[in-house]
Amino acid sequence: MKLWKTILAAAVLSLAAATSAFAARTDLTLGIVLEPPHLDPTAGAAAAIGEITYANVFEGLTRIDEKGQVQPALAESWTVSDDGKVYAFKLHSGVKFHDGSAFSADDVKFSLDRARAKDSLNPQKPLFAHITDVATVDPATVKVTLDGPQGNFLDDMGQVAAVIVGKGSADGNKDKPIGTGPFKLDHWAKGSEITLVKNPDYWGTPAALDKATFRIVPDAAAAVPALLSGDIQAFANMPAQDALSQVQSDPRFSVVIGSTEGETILSINNKKPPFDKLAVRQALASAIDRSAIIDAASNGLGKPIGSHFSPGDAGYVDLTGVYPHDIDKAKQYLKEAGLENGFSATIKLPPVPYARDGGQVIQSQLKDIGVNLQIIPVEWAEWLSQVFTNKDYDLTIVSHVEPNDIDIYSRPGYYFQYDNPKFNDLIKELDTTVDKDKRLELLGEAQKILAHDVPAVYLFELPKIGVWDAKLQGMWTNWPIEADDLTKVKWSE
Amino acid sequence: MTAYLLKRIIIAALTLVLASMVVFAVMEILPGDPARLMLGMNASADQIEVLRNQMGLNAPLVLRYLHWAAGLLSLDFGRSYTYSVPVVDLVRERIAVSLPLALIALALSTIIAIPVGVFSASRQGRAGDTLAMGAAQLGVAVPNFWFALMLIYLFAVWLHLVPAGGFPGWSAGIWAALKSLLLPAVALALPQAAILARVARSALIEVLNEDYIRTARAKGLPYRAVLWRHALRNAMIPVLTILGLQFAFLLAGTIIIENVFYLPGLGRLIFQAITQRDLIVVESIVMLLVTAVILINLLVDFSYAIVDPRLRAIPGKVRSGFPSGIAPKQILRAVQRFRETRNRSRGRQ
Repeated sequence: MKLWKTILAAAVLSLAAATSAFAARTDLTLGIVLEPPHLDPTAGAAAAIGEITYANVFEGLTRIDEKGQVQPALAESWTVSDDGKVYAFKLHSGVKFHDGSAFSADDVKFSLDRARAKDSLNPQKPLFAHITDVATVDPATVKVTLDGPQGNFLDDMGQVAAVIVGKGSADGNKDKPIGTGPFKLDHWAKGSEITLVKNPDYWGTPAALDKATFRIVPDAAAAVPALLSGDIQAFANMPAQDALSQVQSDPRFSVVIGSTEGETILSINNKKPPFDKLAVRQALASAIDRSAIIDAASNGLGKPIGSHFSPGDAGYVDLTGVYPHDIDKAKQYLKEAGLENGFSATIKLPPVPYARDGGQVIQSQLKDIGVNLQIIPVEWAEWLSQVFTNKDYDLTIVSHVEPNDIDIYSRPGYYFQYDNPKFNDLIKELDTTVDKDKRLELLGEAQKILAHDVPAVYLFELPKIGVWDAKLQGMWTNWPIEADDLTKVKWSE
Repeated sequence: MTAYLLKRIIIAALTLVLASMVVFAVMEILPGDPARLMLGMNASADQIEVLRNQMGLNAPLVLRYLHWAAGLLSLDFGRSYTYSVPVVDLVRERIAVSLPLALIALALSTIIAIPVGVFSASRQGRAGDTLAMGAAQLGVAVPNFWFALMLIYLFAVWLHLVPAGGFPGWSAGIWAALKSLLLPAVALALPQAAILARVARSALIEVLNEDYIRTARAKGLPYRAVLWRHALRNAMIPVLTILGLQFAFLLAGTIIIENVFYLPGLGRLIFQAITQRDLIVVESIVMLLVTAVILINLLVDFSYAIVDPRLRAIPGKVRSGFPSGIAPKQILRAVQRFRETRNRSRGRQ
């Protein structure tokens, strides 16, 4: 009798323990498609690096929040000189790197000087191009001097490649990232998963999760069963668009469609005949039916765009109506260019579904106006060397995922080969304008120039397809910056 | 015998040298710059030059080849461009997944295929044979990634018996690791088993028509004993050939299954290294695989000798002149042709 009671009590206890353990769930497994090559955001362009480390492991002076706004991070406040050239950042005190060393103004100076140095391998080196001097005033104050006022400087300092690294640990960050964030690397099983654990010595609000694992799921077909079986509880951006309906109808999951900063465009080689003629580019823009492309290339989820600007960002102007889908008008433009019988060209497509699927639709749409496209599938490495570096292409489809990147059309030698002095002057003015309203006005003007001049045909904004356990809270809806910020993520029960 | 062995070793070494040149040349021709790939679209030409110098990509071609080849000889495979860790470490981690997976799949496929083949051959043309070979036909035809997905839905999503994918690592415990390899192994094994069963069946049928089988039966041995002890052993040579080929395939050709189960195997490492132009990783792994295939072929050759005493007795004489792996089958085929013509002429009488 006594034995039975003991067993019963033990059973009840263990049951209680099990349920309470369930209630206090503090671990999370997320799926990501591409494995980062390493974990140092200041040394590689792969988006997966920032997706895992930004805000979780590494922090910058400022940070970009879910809405795309600049927030204080390692710098608790700042002042800007009247001429807009000198930024004095007041740093948080008591901040420690994951290796135990104290964070100070020296690390900020070191990080910024390293990023802008001559032999710097920072993938976003242009962010630091206007810095002329970084000085430590005292251990908690840094003074950054610019060559002129920079409208976007605080935003730039919140980007992934501008995170602050430790003076003593920077060289090892690829394999053992040492940051100041609320999570630190626990282990990286190459090819399989990357596990972060809570940093107990974090200076700010501690994270709710104790452990977060990023598991690499390269195959879209594997993503759905991984979710359904519970092995993976969240995809910040789900690869399987076709299979989305399977989880959409399941109450156990939240499906949250948001936007990214990825302008998906049909890039044109503007110096290569016949694309050097405005009328030809206008013909392309008029011949293309965005909605059919969006259906094929992003399952109808992407938002149409008419210029190089994200619909979610401040200052967006809807220019999708500048060249409405009109075959007759397109043919008229071709006639204007002296090409009423059409012409042949090639389109190089990188290995991403939006490009490969979208390219076929564009091929068939352009056939209607007598433009015969030959599709050439390329790998990313080929795309970067042939299209991007050597400009050996006619047309290509690619998503430009960097935030605030409308200035790429003014960069000399950029692969669009677009050179419009009026646009270049506008971007120069924008760079040095600090006043917010004036900036928005200039941004609107820049968008309009591109929409009318068609240096590329603007297709749609790449969607972010978030799928996660319905009990999970705090995941980002949009990607103003490509990051899986887990600092506010928690389980609701 | 020694001369024979020496010849084999020299041929193997030459194959390796030639393979290393081909692999190196192919990766050289492949368009795409690893430095550009790592630094992305916002990097300047200067930055790319700095990284190319750091990675040693600007050295002359021949020098780079010699440096790499010399490294291979001293078992130093260099460092991965993308991961910046020694290639040896990467490969070791991946082999810890791929090798057990290949062995389990091979064992499963053999365990399934041999009995099915024997069953079919002994009931040649009857209902059981038709059914088994129909199933085998289906096994060959069904795409293995589809089959893998069905397995995942059944055993992981519905029954929750095994994880849907991933590999926890051997440090998580042998049982946990084996559990995650089970479904992929089954998905890999079934199509292989289907092929193997068909080969086993036809080889066995060939042997069952031989005179010595009739003799064995005539002297009163039960059919079962003749089948398993006399016939099967002689039918093993083509089966072993196929097994050797399958093992080589299972080591690195399993990328689709590795993707479906998101396993960190060798196939995925190669694929990823090719897309990221991690030349040194691709080159080193391909060389490793070439070595593995040569070794497997040698092993298969030796196993012929074990199952066929004729080859053991005069190894040098029977095999010299034939490339490895061909001789025994040619002998069998010659014997078979001889018997067929004889049987036909008998039938006419």
